[in-house]
Amino acid sequence: MDAFLHQIFSGLANGCIYGSVGLGLVMIYQATHHINFAQGEMATFSTFIAWALIQSGWPYWAAFFVTVAISFIAGLVIQRIILRPVEKSPVLTNVIVFIGLLVIFNSMAGWIFDHTIKSFPSPFAQKGMLVTPWFSAHEVGSALVMLAVLFALYAFFRFTPIGLAMRAAAQNPDSARLVGIRVSWMLAMGWGLAAAIGSVAGMMVAPVVFLDPNMMGGILLYGFAAALLGGIDNPGGAVIGGFIVGVLENLLGAYVIGTELKLSVALVLIVGTLTLKPDGLFGKQVVTRV
Amino acid sequence: MSKLLEARKLCAYYGPTQVLFDIDFSLEPGQITAILGANGAGKTTTLRAICQMVRTSGNLEFSGQQLVGKATENVVRMGVAHVPDGRGTFTSLSVDDNLKLGAYVRGDRAEVARDIERTYERFPRLAERRNQQAGTLSGGEQQMLAISRALMLRPKLLLLDEPSFGLAPLIVAEIFRIMRKINEEDGVSMLVVEQNASLALDLAHHAYLLETGRVALSGPAEDIKRDESVRRAYLGY
Repeated sequence: MDAFLHQIFSGLANGCIYGSVGLGLVMIYQATHHINFAQGEMATFSTFIAWALIQSGWPYWAAFFVTVAISFIAGLVIQRIILRPVEKSPVLTNVIVFIGLLVIFNSMAGWIFDHTIKSFPSPFAQKGMLVTPWFSAHEVGSALVMLAVLFALYAFFRFTPIGLAMRAAAQNPDSARLVGIRVSWMLAMGWGLAAAIGSVAGMMVAPVVFLDPNMMGGILLYGFAAALLGGIDNPGGAVIGGFIVGVLENLLGAYVIGTELKLSVALVLIVGTLTLKPDGLFGKQVVTRV
Repeated sequence: MSKLLEARKLCAYYGPTQVLFDIDFSLEPGQITAILGANGAGKTTTLRAICQMVRTSGNLEFSGQQLVGKATENVVRMGVAHVPDGRGTFTSLSVDDNLKLGAYVRGDRAEVARDIERTYERFPRLAERRNQQAGTLSGGEQQMLAISRALMLRPKLLLLDEPSFGLAPLIVAEIFRIMRKINEEDGVSMLVVEQNASLALDLAHHAYLLETGRVALSGPAEDIKRDESVRRAYLGY
């Protein structure tokens, strides 16, 4: 029973991370209707920055917040410099740019920080040290951090004028311009936020999976499954989707298909959602008055 | 009296296709001006050209400042509000949020809150639905919301694209009554594009008739109404 509960709780902890990766995808999807395939590699690169800062003697939380800030600015700059020129181009052009970014970040991480697997510290005591039979300190800590991020994001979009402007720009760019919103900058803000969320997810997952340039490859797939399952246009759905994916992955991995096949859970969920319920569990079908 | 908006040799293009050909027009401050014309005459494009939502060339001065080449959001920030065709409300956001967005570029938060309350006094139907998604409103309510949102900017010039489109005659009459009231009470200048020529001519002080992207006729609304050819082609009697 304890083992079963442990699987569920660690699934929920992983789910927080998948959910936030999914959330990063949803944010960019809502604004541009594109899936940012480079989301994972950007997060990995951010984690390497944090690792380098910690290696050079920075305290963990200082490195954490500086990394989040750097990631936000980097996301903003990437949108301004690399994506803005292709803003109005066909989807395929954008997909190629995303794949280009993915390869660039992956190779840069390998080139600068090499491909050896590195351990990444957890701010919440040692990994595997159980505070209860069901979950480790890091699982609890990272889940709390991710929930704090989600809550902050919710408050930002719900209660601040800029958050409202970003929602407006995503929903109806033409009308947003007509009330004076600088839509292109709102997209850049979205990229910045997505990169910042990704960096937190990267730093929270690194102590578990260890840090190497391909760290987020599988996690991006889980995040994608979470976003699709929850409904690709629904931020709350992505989070709930993340929990579902995390728990399913753990339970199926532990009791049914074995750990080697865990990643295929994500793929089955992606294909299953797209064929059976393309709008996801919480996505809304767009119905408009004619 | 100096002009509020003055266009000289204004041209507009959709990609390689030219839609407006050297049109000249001007708006007097405090007045309502109507643009009439058949489908495809370039009425909507004229409004889009003012807001720089289409590629334009020529001369377009708003209170003496050149608009050609400016970004749409900067034209808006100068005090030009636009109620586009299809109304352009943010359908998934609440009525309240729509109104707040209308005042996005204004810094005076207390005044904005007061303007929102004033809007609700003017449109009790919107007040009842303030937390409802804009997309769930009826067509007339959405049009009222679109106009209210534009007014939240406290614009010097309000552009209205077919405010009567798709609405029942009673609602149309109400909307036009409200537009006149806004013009008289708040002194907002308006440029109205309308298919319904007789409605527009009753409301406006001045009118322009567009035909295939050129100004065919212009003058005081009273004169245009009496013009033989306009009467036969657009008023239908």
